[in-house]
Amino acid sequence: MTISATSIQPPPLGRRFKRFMSDYPLVPLIVLLILLVLVLNMLSPGIVNQRWIANTVKFAIPLALLAGAQTMVMLTGGIDLSVGTAATMAAFIVATQSVEHAPAVAIAIALLPALVIGFVNGIGVGIFRVHPLIMTLGTSLIGVGCLQVYQRTVISSGTKYPDVLVWLGTGLTWGFPNALVLFIPVAALLIFIQRRTGFGRLLYAIGDNERAARLAGVKYWQVILVLYMLSSALAGIMGLLYVGLIKAASLSLAEPLVLPSVAAAVIGGTSIFGGRGSYTGTIVGALILTVLTTLLTILQMPEGARRILFGAIVLLVTAAYLRIIEDR
Amino acid sequence: MTIEPLLDATGVAKNYGAVAALKNASLSVLPGEVHALMGANGAGKSTLVKILTGAITANAGRIMVRGKAHEVRSPADARRAGLVSVYQEPSLIPDLDVFSNLRLTQTPVEPFREWVRELGVPDLDLRETARDVPLAIQRVLDLARALAIEPDILLLDEMTAALPANLAERVLDVVRRQSKTGRSVIFISHRFVEISALCDRATVLRDGETVGVVDIEPGVEERIVELMLGAKVEKARKTLRAVNESSPPPDGTTRIAVRNLRFGTKLQDVSFELKNGEVAGVVALEGQGQDELFAALAGSIKPSGGAIEVDGQAVKFSHPVDAVQAGIAYVPGDRSEALAMKQSVRENIALPFSAAFRNWGPISRRREGAKVQSAIERLQIDTRAQREVQRLSGGNQQKVTIARWIAADARTILCFDPTRGIDVRTKQEIYKLLRQLADQGKSILFYTSELEEIELVCDRAIVIFGGRVVDILPVEIADEPALTRAAYGLPRDAKADVGILANVQSDKVAT
Amino acid sequence: MRFLRNNGWVVGLSVLFVVLSIATKVIQPQYGAGDFGSLVSAVLPYAFAVAAQTVVVIAGGIDLSVAAMMALTSVTAAAMMAGASEEYALFVVPFVLAMGLTLGAVNGILIVVTRVPDIVVTLATLFMLQGAALLVLGAPGGGSAEWLRSLIVGTVPIPGVPGSVTAWFPKALLLLVILLCIVWIPLKRSRLGLSIYAIGSSELAAFRSGVPVARTKILAYAFSGLFAAMGGISLTMSTGIGSPIPGPYLLASVAAVVLGGVVLGGGRGGLLGPIIAVFVLRLVRTDLTLLAIDPNVTAIVEGSIMVAVVMFGAFITMRSRSS
Repeated sequence: MTISATSIQPPPLGRRFKRFMSDYPLVPLIVLLILLVLVLNMLSPGIVNQRWIANTVKFAIPLALLAGAQTMVMLTGGIDLSVGTAATMAAFIVATQSVEHAPAVAIAIALLPALVIGFVNGIGVGIFRVHPLIMTLGTSLIGVGCLQVYQRTVISSGTKYPDVLVWLGTGLTWGFPNALVLFIPVAALLIFIQRRTGFGRLLYAIGDNERAARLAGVKYWQVILVLYMLSSALAGIMGLLYVGLIKAASLSLAEPLVLPSVAAAVIGGTSIFGGRGSYTGTIVGALILTVLTTLLTILQMPEGARRILFGAIVLLVTAAYLRIIEDR
Repeated sequence: MTIEPLLDATGVAKNYGAVAALKNASLSVLPGEVHALMGANGAGKSTLVKILTGAITANAGRIMVRGKAHEVRSPADARRAGLVSVYQEPSLIPDLDVFSNLRLTQTPVEPFREWVRELGVPDLDLRETARDVPLAIQRVLDLARALAIEPDILLLDEMTAALPANLAERVLDVVRRQSKTGRSVIFISHRFVEISALCDRATVLRDGETVGVVDIEPGVEERIVELMLGAKVEKARKTLRAVNESSPPPDGTTRIAVRNLRFGTKLQDVSFELKNGEVAGVVALEGQGQDELFAALAGSIKPSGGAIEVDGQAVKFSHPVDAVQAGIAYVPGDRSEALAMKQSVRENIALPFSAAFRNWGPISRRREGAKVQSAIERLQIDTRAQREVQRLSGGNQQKVTIARWIAADARTILCFDPTRGIDVRTKQEIYKLLRQLADQGKSILFYTSELEEIELVCDRAIVIFGGRVVDILPVEIADEPALTRAAYGLPRDAKADVGILANVQSDKVAT
Repeated sequence: MRFLRNNGWVVGLSVLFVVLSIATKVIQPQYGAGDFGSLVSAVLPYAFAVAAQTVVVIAGGIDLSVAAMMALTSVTAAAMMAGASEEYALFVVPFVLAMGLTLGAVNGILIVVTRVPDIVVTLATLFMLQGAALLVLGAPGGGSAEWLRSLIVGTVPIPGVPGSVTAWFPKALLLLVILLCIVWIPLKRSRLGLSIYAIGSSELAAFRSGVPVARTKILAYAFSGLFAAMGGISLTMSTGIGSPIPGPYLLASVAAVVLGGVVLGGGRGGLLGPIIAVFVLRLVRTDLTLLAIDPNVTAIVEGSIMVAVVMFGAFITMRSRSS
């Protein structure tokens, strides 16, 4: 299908700008990313080199994976705050189970609790219609409790990080992070799901207009259940990768990435109200946030200020987005 | 005679985007009169009411109360200007008790109590939560609350609609007496009986304009109907059956049978049959139960009684998907209810394809494209702005909602006012399309608020009033005046007012 | 009869509380006044968090920033009082309360002005308040005036009543009751209170009844902020320091609100129910601890109860909407 003119008479400039922004959110995003990199290079000349780029990508990938889960959920107008816990559980369990089991077995055991969290979320949101935010917050608290209990049972056995995860997390091949081996297929799959599958269509349709989807014969709970399980599975995979990168399994490993994952999706043009967004935008959003974090670190901005900034970004982008869609 | 009007609104206009809901409405109410505000569906009554009560602000026009210009920006403003309204739906806060509701609106309690007694509710407990008060009583309380404030102008919107006969009688009685004290009442009603019994004058709206002010006197119903229809009476008679002649009669097998369908107070008793190859029109004034009828057939609500049969089999729909699987597609009147506005034309049309779990996998772009393309061509949808459906014109959006079900090959389409607010050319295309579909053996239930469409499209007209089927007219006699009379609950051939009033008396006894 | 119908939920909760108390006594026969005192101290911050949540939920909203607001007000109070004179605290307390009120109002204004749903706005302010708390104190620290701390330590001496009875009236309970009453009772009796119920019950009907919807909403959030600030100060009072990391008060407040008979979606319920619900939830925890269950398992059980309660609440709301 071709992209054609939207109307015969050109609408006023402001409106055209808004349409452009909502049609091609990637363009301003990439411009912003380049600008940030330039500013960074100005503040500390020479920092931007091949090693820095590889490093940035390496740290952006876990965030992008988590934000991928967030993007999928946000397409339906939801939010998943349990991704941090699901990721941490997978990370912690794989690190402790690898002591006794083969890596493949440990990974399988590690992903199971994540799926359970997703399943419970799906039931709560899809069938009981609890607000996703509250539901996922609750399951995440329960998850942390379970993890604490689990920790006491394995406290003596120590931890071990499977070589394959360490290789994926930290390794470089010809200057490229090995994590791309995992990330590129996953990202391709997510984009494929969003664009070319019936399930992806339904995500957009439900987020856009649940009533219309219902009238077209869509059963809400089915979609939501599968969605939240997918989201948690993705978070689990991210946890495996992240523990390979950090190599220190703690009970709050992935928690600090939850807010940035929401921010990355929102910056990437995914609407928190649902119905609009794409994973490509989110990937750029994750890169922007990673660069921004470096920038703030160089500026010696404290953690608190960073959180304020992230919160303000989420609010501002959402409010601005509301203005764009209201004026059609 | 120059009595200064209590309320004088002139040149009131209101636009929603490009759509003009009111163009040039005026309303002048004298002290001590009961003034009826009338008009067919979509004539602009409710918009005018909203403007007068401050729920929305007009784009143009002047509103004078007792000779002074008044800026009414909120219901509180309107109240200060002496204008109080009783809305169609109860406006007590459902979770507060009656007493708190009075306190919230600063209504004096004793006068309120007296009015409640006066209106025929002797044993009201002020500590009762509004939610627990029966709907009819809630409306009476709304009225009593309005009366207790002693407004100069009382605006009653379909006041008697949900009331049992004895309460309605009392209400009318109180309203009549109210006018004797020099206060005025604006009375909105679909019931001619009440209007002829109660009102002094009537203002008639048509297409957002005031087209006449008449004194109520015996036999005025015909005049009002004429005013509401305008020149259309003549036009409609001429075009009678111009389109319809070509279409063959329905083959007669029954597709859907509705038997004694009930839903709460909205649907009392609806029975009819929809045949294969037929377009059956549904005619009703606003809020007579047509919304619930369509929702029940589409599986959105569960009827509280009666039966629906599809192809002779009794069915129970618990989710719209059940109706879809039975080949029944619902095209809602509100396009924003049917479309995923931020998605493309293609995705909207293809939405039902992906609904079932087994179709969640990869989409065959070629197969889907072919189906979507043929539907687009069949409806001649202008797809230049196909990236987001919300950028299409209203007519094209409406076509998309129908195209979806043509692509999905639904056997029965329930069209709820599909031509509201769209351009003439698209309307014609939709008429033609519906006829073609019927000729292919599909069946269509078609509710419309524009009565002339019945003659153009339908084989029969089912008229609903107060949640009941009051008449089924063959298309030969379903011209606009006949339909209007039927929709207002007037008997088919009555012209004289005597007959109407007589009928009313028996009606009241019956209820 | 009417009392029972309107307050059936609260009565039921009270019965549940009594049953749990008896169960506690059975599990641990030595359970006494001192233990009750520590229960009340533990309840204190939760109770204020719940009060903060209750006001906005009745107004038809939800406030996700409650816990973060408590953290910020707590560290602010602790940072200001650290090393300062005892009298200085007389200035700190009203200052922090005013801060809570203002920040709450900012929440409300952001919701009204941006028209972004309350859940998103308060999520964003949750992060911002958290960040602000970290800026005030990077790590747990600060201090508290002694007289402030002593307000919730010990019991209320009532002349002429034997000590064995007054032992069951910890000062913390008195403080809680007084503070909630002086804010809540006048509020509930006022037209503003009615308006808060009205906009939660039906925004359209409230608008038609002449209620200034936007202003009422802002004030509801302001009161929420005020209660959260009280919670923050109570945290500083009981621990003597301030911690920038928010406690588990958000989900607990939502769960207690639902368990307390306030309908998510607004318009129904009061403050008494949620407060009793807090006591019930805390007592469950006490019982689990007394049963010598691993404290982490207790956390799981508690979390599951809360999620179950929230699911139940959503289910009820769904049913009442569809019928």
